[in-house]
Amino acid sequence: MLTDEVGKGATSASRPAYSADNPLRSGGSLIQLITPRGERISHPEFDVWVKDVSDEQLGSLYEDMTVIRRIDAEATALQRQGELALWPPLLGQEASQIGSSRALREDDFVFPSYRESGVAYVRGAELAEIAKVWRGNASYGWDPQRIKLATPQIIIGSQSLHATGYAMGIQHDGADSVVMAYFGDGATSEGDVSEAMVFAASFQAPVVFFCQNNHWAISEPVRLQSHVQIADRPNGFGIPSMRVDGNDVLAVLAATRVALDRARKGGGPTFIEAVTYRMGPHTTADDPTRYRDPNELEDWAAKDPIARLKALLDSKGLLTEQLEAKVQAKADAVAAEFRAGCIDMPDPAPLDVFNHVYSTPNSWIERQKDHYSRYLESFSGSAEEGAL
Amino acid sequence: MSTLTFARAINAGLRKSLESDPKVVLMGEDIGTLGGVFRVTDGLQKDFGTHRVVDTPLAESGIIGTAVGLAYRGYRPVCEIQFDGFIYPAFDQIVSQVAKMHYRTQGRVKMPITIRVPFGGGIGSPEHHSESPEAYFTHTSGLRVISVSNPQDAYTMIQQAIASDDPVLYFEPKRRYHDKGEVDETAELATALSMEKARVVNTGSDATLVAYGPLVKTARDAALAAADEGISVEVIDLRSLAPIDFPTVEASVRKTGRLVITHEAAQSGGLGAEIAASITERCFNYLEAAPVRITGFDVPYPYSKLEMHHLPDLDRILDGVDRALGRRNSLSGLEG
Repeated sequence: MLTDEVGKGATSASRPAYSADNPLRSGGSLIQLITPRGERISHPEFDVWVKDVSDEQLGSLYEDMTVIRRIDAEATALQRQGELALWPPLLGQEASQIGSSRALREDDFVFPSYRESGVAYVRGAELAEIAKVWRGNASYGWDPQRIKLATPQIIIGSQSLHATGYAMGIQHDGADSVVMAYFGDGATSEGDVSEAMVFAASFQAPVVFFCQNNHWAISEPVRLQSHVQIADRPNGFGIPSMRVDGNDVLAVLAATRVALDRARKGGGPTFIEAVTYRMGPHTTADDPTRYRDPNELEDWAAKDPIARLKALLDSKGLLTEQLEAKVQAKADAVAAEFRAGCIDMPDPAPLDVFNHVYSTPNSWIERQKDHYSRYLESFSGSAEEGAL
Repeated sequence: MSTLTFARAINAGLRKSLESDPKVVLMGEDIGTLGGVFRVTDGLQKDFGTHRVVDTPLAESGIIGTAVGLAYRGYRPVCEIQFDGFIYPAFDQIVSQVAKMHYRTQGRVKMPITIRVPFGGGIGSPEHHSESPEAYFTHTSGLRVISVSNPQDAYTMIQQAIASDDPVLYFEPKRRYHDKGEVDETAELATALSMEKARVVNTGSDATLVAYGPLVKTARDAALAAADEGISVEVIDLRSLAPIDFPTVEASVRKTGRLVITHEAAQSGGLGAEIAASITERCFNYLEAAPVRITGFDVPYPYSKLEMHHLPDLDRILDGVDRALGRRNSLSGLEG
């Protein structure tokens, strides 16, 4: 699943060169290749970055987006049924997550926030691993080193610095991998994101800052986070940026490829603002009806990322019964596996609470573990002994 | 053996770590060309290059946050926080990321990060340059916290900290940077005393005096002065502040029956409280008197004309020893 042919096919030989002297940002225009009605429109600079995307690959992008929307729905249901403690929905952000992560190479490293379950799916996380954190069975799901995807980051914006540091390590190693940092519009207010841009620019680190502007940080609208368009802010740090239609999977793929290519060639960091919309609540514990105008939701429903790709496929005669059946079957199978993996997950043992705080035994923790273990043992057989 | 200042001893230890492990990278503000404001990293960038000894932007959270990323990539970053009072912008990265990553990933991602912090007062500096923030970090599970008191330990323990797969906060007593001492640079790490162990630096039988970092010297001087009055004080250099080597402290208190703890940091919620409570739990029946704390006051670190009142000195420590021994002292006759 990891980095299919869409990613591997990306070469840059015939594509426009971008450099810090030739900033990508121009006049605040939104990069769009598929309109909300599903029409493919041409773009003088970005068409070339997706011209290798075959009909089959377009279908495969559609499949991934449909599947992660299905995971999202299943997870929300599991939370309502008491099987997950919490879930942060990604509904509406499928194009941003699939378009960007499908552009990555296997050796690239990703530092996500907590909402990038779609990215985790593309990177090759097992479905139960995606559920694990939200069921409360661990603070991690997948092995970060195995699929080159850090664990979900809950401290807002923190991971932007980790991504930059990892990218500095890639530079030291002389490798051409790239790091992708995902965060939201709210995170751009955090000092860490600004510091990450300072470090990334000063060291010209191979990192891509991928900001999903989903318009809401829990109840706070994006206008509270930034007085200018988010894509305008990186330029002050000397980082070129792009503002892309985050509900247009092709545009996201193209923009991400441009940024990755720059970084791979030693061109340094790039910032992408993917303009999208959080169709659901912040998490399953949230109630957006308290702060959001329902008309806004309707407006964005008309720009739905899956509907527009579906319309494009249809217009090209690619939305065959065969494709629909295949995608449906895949989504059903994934949902079933996600549910089973979640429900069948074994609970951790009580004394696991003490494990892995340090890499070697720690005298303080060993003592507390010993005492707690004696405490737990004190209950065994107490029924037979009766009250003392 | 060579005679080195405290600062040169750390420098020699850093040099050895840079030589022995290509994954060791030094990061910090002014540590390269300048060699650090205290010259602890003097000459290292020249010898190891700008990729191994990195002058960073002035952003403490950025230093620690990028170190996390480097550790993810397999590096072993050694970060310098220029002064104790400048560590707070990095507090979130240290507490929420560095300390918790190993637990969060159940050991899949290690954080072999060393954070060097010049700490403590006594150098006549303005605000934010003389603090003792160690208890914030000893209270944070996932971190190891150590403090060195002499050039030999400074040399050995910086290497042990860097070699540790866990994050280590290494507190350097800045007012001792120019103190000289004998350092055996051929000493092997494998046979050196574990950095988790405390060390009895003066044996004695009447009272146990626990100190660390800058106050170990003061405590030893106090023990010498007490000896003139016929009082035998055992001085323990704690070395590791998290975890604390309680068995060593406990063994001493079982012998002396009296416990005095001294640190520059404020008293309430400090390490003295933790040591007093833990030793009371462990060997209450051996205590002849309540543990005594001689510490900085519960005030912001004062302006330099007042710092001599804030910092525990030889006489205040001896007053505390007298209290532990039930001898006449400044609080005699005061209840509670």
